[in-house]
Amino acid sequence: MPELLQFLFSGVTVGAVYALVALGFTIIYNASDVVNFAQGEFVMLGGMLTFVCHAAGLPLPLAALIAIAATSAIGVAMNKLAIEPARGAPVVSLIIITIGASIFIRGGAQLLFGKQIHSFPAFSGDTPLRIGGATILPQSLWVIGGAVVVFIGLWLFFTRTLTGRAVLATSNNRLAAQLVGINTNFVMTLSFALSAGIGALAGVLATPITLTSYDVGLAFALKGFAAAMLGGMGNPKGALAGGFLLGLLEALTAGYLSSQYKDAAAFVVILLVLFFMPQGLFGRKSVDRV
Amino acid sequence: MQKTLTTTALATALALGATAASAEIRIGASVSATGPAAFLGDPEAKTLEMLVEQINEQGGINGEEIALTLYDDGGDPNKARTFATRLIEDDEVVAIIGGSTTGTSMSILSVAEDNEVPFISLAGAIEIIDPVKPFTFKTPHTDRMACQKIFEDMQKQGITTIGMISGTDGFGASMQAQCKDVVGEYGITVAADETYNPTDADMTTQLTKIRNTQGVQAVLNPGFGQGPSIVTRNYRQLAIDLPLYQSHGVASDGFIELAGAEAAEGVRLPGTALLIADQLGADDPQKPVVDAYKTAFEEKTGTPVGTFGGYANDAFLILTDAIKRAGSAEPQAIRDAIEATSGLAGTTGIYTMSPENHLGLDLSAFRMLQIKGGEWTVVE
Repeated sequence: MPELLQFLFSGVTVGAVYALVALGFTIIYNASDVVNFAQGEFVMLGGMLTFVCHAAGLPLPLAALIAIAATSAIGVAMNKLAIEPARGAPVVSLIIITIGASIFIRGGAQLLFGKQIHSFPAFSGDTPLRIGGATILPQSLWVIGGAVVVFIGLWLFFTRTLTGRAVLATSNNRLAAQLVGINTNFVMTLSFALSAGIGALAGVLATPITLTSYDVGLAFALKGFAAAMLGGMGNPKGALAGGFLLGLLEALTAGYLSSQYKDAAAFVVILLVLFFMPQGLFGRKSVDRV
Repeated sequence: MQKTLTTTALATALALGATAASAEIRIGASVSATGPAAFLGDPEAKTLEMLVEQINEQGGINGEEIALTLYDDGGDPNKARTFATRLIEDDEVVAIIGGSTTGTSMSILSVAEDNEVPFISLAGAIEIIDPVKPFTFKTPHTDRMACQKIFEDMQKQGITTIGMISGTDGFGASMQAQCKDVVGEYGITVAADETYNPTDADMTTQLTKIRNTQGVQAVLNPGFGQGPSIVTRNYRQLAIDLPLYQSHGVASDGFIELAGAEAAEGVRLPGTALLIADQLGADDPQKPVVDAYKTAFEEKTGTPVGTFGGYANDAFLILTDAIKRAGSAEPQAIRDAIEATSGLAGTTGIYTMSPENHLGLDLSAFRMLQIKGGEWTVVE
């Protein structure tokens, strides 16, 4: 029994990281149907910039705030410099642009920060909490808490605020959104700022567990993307559920089957789900009105 | 008449070019300064650049300056092959150092052997020098030697059953295979054999399985990068009370920093003299070279020295030593002199090459180290 509990804790820890990354995908996707493959780079920047500021002597909370703000600014810059000039291009082209941006950010980070692996202290110490014979690190609770708070925030944003609805409207039909007075350029800028900020927050929370280096972004983006697809792209509920589900699947496969197959098993489940439910577990049905 | 003139002019130009070239010794290098093996190639590239600068400031070798042509193959064996060809045909180098990974080394060595240019590899696999190829040498000890050193230490402590948790990256997978191949010779059985991805964030699942495996007395973790740090942290999180062995892949101060001194307490691994520079006895033959490299590298780059940069340092030492002894910068003469290297102290160990042995290190090059109070100490 403690064994199962330990596997679950491991799965939830990893799943919360995936969920946070997956949540970052939702806003830009909702605003423009673009899957932003630079999302992993935002996570890397969050962790890396926090490390740099912390190493320069700033207190951790301030370092984290600076990292999140700076990453948001980089997100806005990416929108202004790479996405906006290509306005009108098909979604696939925009997705390819985000891949280019991610390679650019990774290269820049490599030049600026070097290739060392870094970390910073956990927020509430390293003493594991013991529950029923299993252990979990306090930092895992921070990541889980972060994922839940971001989820609630996004859910309220999309369902309760005018701006959130404007984002959805922009995605639905950009021209119609403009006609009813929505500033779609502002919506795009805002969505990149928010997505980058959420990505950076994921990096800040996860780095004490996962460690960081210039090239961790790709792995985060792939797992986060898989989680978002599993749950249903664009739906915060789906991102949260998809992330935790993916983490638990991996941990349980590694625990009861073999650690060799843990990624394979997770992806087989994702393929099966997408085969029977192409929109993911919580995805919107796409309806074309004629 | 005009034709003769042109030919004469060309010949003169060539002759002039040749004289200009003879004032310097051209050395080539292809390392993986970027890409997935950057953690190997980056310190190697910095080390080579630093050493060439140093030696030229001191007047070069035999009165001739060294010109280094350094390429970054990004860990891609195809690129490494192209660069090796370019080094030999266009840059006309007399020797090549490089091949951060086994893959890139294997492509460079085939080009070097065909063109009869001496090549000193910086990669681990034993296939590079076994069977012996006339022009290929290497500086790092093999993965198999690391396994043997670890199992020797386990044997001394009466450990007979172990669990392994290995990274699925090239380094981890190769060492996992080598260790399992050699483990029987030490009367040790591997009761649990788990793996993790180099990008995984949590290994408590695998470690829980190992802990619950009947009879496991120690755990071995072949791998590099952040994986072993996370394994070490998770090991303490689960409060597993068995000896933990890491590999030479994480033998650097960065590992203690990342895993945390508290979690890394008691971890053992086979490392080189480089890690314990300040603890080497004054009479230790490796002390001067280790001190010189550590001081120079840390001053120049601001990052702590690691085993991998040390491999490049040793390759360069072997090469310059050979050129000095040969008194010539002809590839064949350099090759013969490298093969005659005897008792040369490097950061990794003391090299004695022979026609049958193009590595020149034995198990004594490894020192079994243990982390105590956040510092490396030698296990006696």
